[in-house]
Amino acid sequence: MNTTVAWITARGLFGRRRFLLLFPLPVILVGLAAIARYAGVSAVQWATPVIEGLGLSVLIPITALIVGTGVLGSEIDDGTIVHILTKPLPRSQIILAKLAVAVGVTTVAVAVPLYLAGALTGSVRLGLSLIVGAAVGSLVYTAIFLLLSLVTRRPVLLGLLYVLVWEGLLSNLVSGTRVLSVQQYTLSITDAVARSELLTGRVSLTVALIMSAVLTVVSTVLAIDRLRSFSVAGETS
Amino acid sequence: MTDITLAGVSRWYGNVVAVNDVSMTLGPGVTGLLGPNGAGKTTLLHMMAGFLAPSRGTVTLDGESTWRNPAVYRRLGLVSEKEAVHGFLTAREFVEASARLHKLPDPVAAARRAIEQVEMTDAQDRRIDTYSKGMRQRTRVAAALVHEPGVLLLDEPFNGMDPRQRLHMMDLLHTLGDAGRTILFSSHILEEVEQVSGTVQVIVAGRLAASGDYRTIRRLMTNRPHVFAIQSSDDRRLAVALIGQPSVAGVEIDKTGLTVRAGDYGSFTRAFAKIALAEGVRVQKLLPSDESLESVFSYLVEA
Repeated sequence: MNTTVAWITARGLFGRRRFLLLFPLPVILVGLAAIARYAGVSAVQWATPVIEGLGLSVLIPITALIVGTGVLGSEIDDGTIVHILTKPLPRSQIILAKLAVAVGVTTVAVAVPLYLAGALTGSVRLGLSLIVGAAVGSLVYTAIFLLLSLVTRRPVLLGLLYVLVWEGLLSNLVSGTRVLSVQQYTLSITDAVARSELLTGRVSLTVALIMSAVLTVVSTVLAIDRLRSFSVAGETS
Repeated sequence: MTDITLAGVSRWYGNVVAVNDVSMTLGPGVTGLLGPNGAGKTTLLHMMAGFLAPSRGTVTLDGESTWRNPAVYRRLGLVSEKEAVHGFLTAREFVEASARLHKLPDPVAAARRAIEQVEMTDAQDRRIDTYSKGMRQRTRVAAALVHEPGVLLLDEPFNGMDPRQRLHMMDLLHTLGDAGRTILFSSHILEEVEQVSGTVQVIVAGRLAASGDYRTIRRLMTNRPHVFAIQSSDDRRLAVALIGQPSVAGVEIDKTGLTVRAGDYGSFTRAFAKIALAEGVRVQKLLPSDESLESVFSYLVEA
């Protein structure tokens, strides 16, 4: 990992306006949990729609999408990536630095609100296990979205399609697609740590752990290779 | 001494050929890569800089391929045409970051030296966002120079610069070239070639059209035939007088006026006024036509 690349990446991420997009979802999540809690609704009734329905299936992937495509995709879009690429750095250092920044930022942005929402159900253990799930989810999602910024000019669109159509729609209709759903891994891992009645994993813990590792490693290796062959399109002026 | 060698390099996008079988060797000194827009200059530079794989042929820096080989950036600097800078950084931060990415032993001193070289010391602590186009360009040159590369490639470095900045940049390039570095800059402006004291490579429609000493190319350019459209009070009389001039290669007459082909711009324009005066013909229109870049370049190709 290269600290200068990480520093520039972080400055770029926080310096762009899209960073502000990270704030509304956590506020809504914690707000809903707080309203439900203090209105006296039992946790069994609101935990699934709020924590699973909003937290795990929307907050984590969307945050990872904003950050994961932001650390590399924005630099490719505006051309500043060339400054980093014209340096004698192994491409793995560049990708790993960007991945580290993206995972770190995403994890913090999602773990804090998820912990709060979990704790509001009355179980600190659920809150803590949501931090574990959030960390794993952030890692796998950002690795995938980082790769997407290198293979397509529209990473955000493709990422949204994956999250909304594949994970949101198909995973509920066709159970087989769950094996390739990061959201299901996060759910199973959180469930395994929390052992709570409020969340129920649908894929086995083994599958969740192995697939998370495989997707992260494969995405990162592919991203490094794609960056080695990064081409600047000939401009037609 | 660092050399860039292109051997039979072609690059195509689908059916469109952007660069067609170009071979050249660039050595120390300043070289201008000249050609009209869309001739393939940027494609060529990107291949030299390792940002594009040649479809055929090889691009090497001291014998090493530049494609998929980040190690070449130890000896190569690139200033791309697209004005992309991290606007949220100051020039000093930006150039220092470049020095750090190059793993230079003393990044702060290297950055200071590079910024001095482009005369940006006074503004170095302002955000790049606040700079003029020329200042941004110089900042980018500083970042590309910070590791003192043997080869510096610049894509249209004079674009958007005022004449003073242009002169300054040209001086800087010459200083670097005289110090034994290989400097290549691209340009679509013919007049810029006059300020180049090295060699010129002319590229037209993806092919290397001419290459060599700037004096030869400049002579070809100033001596090229010029075409003038003329209207006067007595076209026929003027035509008779003009055809007797050694600088006139041909005269055509039709109802819109005269079309005169002159072999040499200077002697024709000097002689023309005298002839018109001596013949007592009143000139209503004298327009040099056919001055488009493409026509000049295609003349060079034929020469």
